[in-house]
Amino acid sequence: MKDFGELILALDATTKTNDKVTAMVSFLDSSDDADKLWFVALLSGKRPKRPVKTSLLREWSAEVSGIPLWLLEESYHVVGDLAETVALILPDTSETSEITLDERMQDLLNLRSLEEEEVKAYIISAWAEMNKTERFVFNKLITGGFRIGVSQKLIVRALSRHLEEEENLIAHRLMGDWKPSETTFQKLLVEPDDNENLSRPYPFYLAYPLEEEAENLGDVKDWQIEYKWDGIRGQLILRNGEIFVWSRGEELVTERFPELEKLKDFLPSDCVIDGEIMAFKDGAPLTFNHLQTRIGRKKVSKKILEESPVVMIAYDLLEKDGKDLRETSMENRREMLEEVVKKAKADTLLISEKIEPQSWKEAAEIREKSREVLSEGLMLKRKDSTYKVGRKRGDWWKWKVDPMSIDAVMIYAMRGHGRRANLYSDYTFAVWKGDELVPFAKAYSGLTDKEMQSVDQFVKKNTIERFGPVRSVKPELVFEIGFEGIAPSTRHKSGIALRFPRILRRRLDKKPEEANTLEDLKGILDVYNT
Amino acid sequence: MALIEFTEKGLHCSRGDFYIDPWRPVDRAVITHAHADHSRWGMKNYLSHHRSIPVMRHRLGEIRAEGIEYGEDRIINGVKISLFPAGHIPGSAQVRVEYKGEVWVVTGDYKLIDDGLSAPFEPVKCHHLVTESTFGLPVYKWKPQEEVFDEMNLWWKQNREQDLASVLLGYSLGKAQRILNSIDHTIGPILLHGAIHNSNLALEAAGFSFPETELITKDTPKEKYRGSLIIAPPSAFGSPWMKKLKPYKVGTASGWMSLRGARRRRNVDRGFVLSDHADWNELNQAVEASEAEKVYVTHGYTNIFSKWLNDQGVDAEPVTTEYEGELSEIGEGTNQEKEAE
Repeated sequence: MKDFGELILALDATTKTNDKVTAMVSFLDSSDDADKLWFVALLSGKRPKRPVKTSLLREWSAEVSGIPLWLLEESYHVVGDLAETVALILPDTSETSEITLDERMQDLLNLRSLEEEEVKAYIISAWAEMNKTERFVFNKLITGGFRIGVSQKLIVRALSRHLEEEENLIAHRLMGDWKPSETTFQKLLVEPDDNENLSRPYPFYLAYPLEEEAENLGDVKDWQIEYKWDGIRGQLILRNGEIFVWSRGEELVTERFPELEKLKDFLPSDCVIDGEIMAFKDGAPLTFNHLQTRIGRKKVSKKILEESPVVMIAYDLLEKDGKDLRETSMENRREMLEEVVKKAKADTLLISEKIEPQSWKEAAEIREKSREVLSEGLMLKRKDSTYKVGRKRGDWWKWKVDPMSIDAVMIYAMRGHGRRANLYSDYTFAVWKGDELVPFAKAYSGLTDKEMQSVDQFVKKNTIERFGPVRSVKPELVFEIGFEGIAPSTRHKSGIALRFPRILRRRLDKKPEEANTLEDLKGILDVYNT
Repeated sequence: MALIEFTEKGLHCSRGDFYIDPWRPVDRAVITHAHADHSRWGMKNYLSHHRSIPVMRHRLGEIRAEGIEYGEDRIINGVKISLFPAGHIPGSAQVRVEYKGEVWVVTGDYKLIDDGLSAPFEPVKCHHLVTESTFGLPVYKWKPQEEVFDEMNLWWKQNREQDLASVLLGYSLGKAQRILNSIDHTIGPILLHGAIHNSNLALEAAGFSFPETELITKDTPKEKYRGSLIIAPPSAFGSPWMKKLKPYKVGTASGWMSLRGARRRRNVDRGFVLSDHADWNELNQAVEASEAEKVYVTHGYTNIFSKWLNDQGVDAEPVTTEYEGELSEIGEGTNQEKEAE
């Protein structure tokens, strides 16, 4: 447990990816398999179910520290992380403990079967034998969410160095629905598996946004161009007569989409299709709002199935007849994909149509109009590209249409989390309805650190009222808010829900009274929400 | 009328017609210490501890200033003004104001532990206490400074072994000298940014002395940086001046470094939790030791600390001022002074 604490401290202490990988490799080299498995699980977000409610952690730590609960809450708003807050307020100790990570995790798993009083006694005595860092890590093990600037990519790199195996292989072995309590480090990462995990998806290949001129990409004919759809990226896996649907979030979602589950009877075994899960009806895509009614719902009602049916729009073929096609060229994969989709003749499996412009200029014109077909822009894929792992530059680009935008006034601000802790960085924006300001969107990204600090100062000096972590501020600052989609909503006071709202820039040139109105927003809604 | 009132220009004693640490120009200002948010430009007359004055002159130019010793007093219009050590930085003082037996103390910025450089904090009994609250949350609890300096020494040694420069960022007045005074200078040479060198000169004029250091100029050969410790103000971070020091590791010394979020936001290699402000426990000790009937809480977590004091049965209320506490130390203040090279 100490080593793991020190690893977390080391990862936290540096911003250099090389140093992070080195720290992870040295942890792996010196730990036993049980601890290594937990390392992989915890850092890739596979945490066992929360063994203790966070409300109890709050209560107990306040009690041990001799401070009232409200003061712990206020501290939490400043620190931006509960595990860290609890670690910091607890009284110092000089005790230490030699318990291993695996032992600690087993203890935590067992807590679920204990009475509350026993759990409390365990947690309090555990705190008493840890320093601040260990406490922080321990609390994180309970509350979850190790965000310490270590991406899956870096974990893969460290494992690959430790095991002297290729990164792609490691990445693939880490995919899927494995649980640390049901496997071992050897089984998961070392022993070759032929048939052990039928449902295992391939790591997704992701595109970077295109930042240069499309003309610089060479001959337009070398590129396969498709619409970029705003659904859920997914993988359809058919092996040994069984079908699995994965979302990009590495979640198995087969049961949620009966429309896709039935494709089992239409597709040839064994094949893997990469595509977009989209709400789609009467030959046309529906807005993301429809798909939203399907996410997070395990059982879907008849009514919802009727109102928001889904299809998969197929982008790519990753496996056919059990053979991994990722090293085959895009062009060849596409041919095979077309054949598979055509033969399937299923109404819930469509192909992502190729757009074949004669020039980049024509492509640009099509991109400009992509919102009319409810698409977010274009995808550009080099015809000779292989299917890579993760986000890579060069062969695939997303070329999104510019966001819609509106000028709005900031009316509330809240302290952020993580890097933005103790800084007013999350804002609520409003537009005018007569002489009233109606909130319509929250956004926290899009400002530089410097701009954020200046807004933070403004908030501190122009607070009207405080509501816990939130402050209402003088309506004075104007921002241009960009968004990808707009839909009517009964849940918001404004009657409008935005998709991916974010700050495009601060409008120092505009006074608050020059911000847009709710009428302006509704105008956009009428144009794009047919 | 209260002996001291909180006005738009600052803390005002109308009976004695003077202000304490005002933020707008006034005729007579009593200054707790020479940091920019407490000691501002434009006052007709300044009164402060005599060891603050060379630094104030260095920062504000030719000012009309009178310096007094701790415990010495001045009487204006029957109001007695005296200064007591605040332990914050060299020359820092709490201001004690007395009229007809009623006593107010304005702490300015302070810390309770002895940093080996500033005259150590002395608790002063009073009826009304005006206290800062920069770190007035129970998450801020400093570890012993010896441990922090051990960490710094080790960090420097490790960087030196890799032939890297160690750039340590700390406020140019107070923090920088504290580091200079306590770091193990047998490890290697210590180089200074101009802003810190200049503060040192001003402090030397006030009677302080420091270990041997070297000022970095444009003629300093690059090889000199490797393995050395370079102390620079936070504003140097990311500047062209700093690029010349490559390859280096960079650390920041500030109380804010106790929070991961602040550490990550600064994007430095290493954060050292070293503050010249009172932590949670020290603030509470100071309030208790003052035996004040009424506590006014300024810059920091004013509302929260006041509410906590109320919970403890202390009559306290938050007061709005324009002081910034330690924010300027991590480059987050609005009133950051230009730190000339």
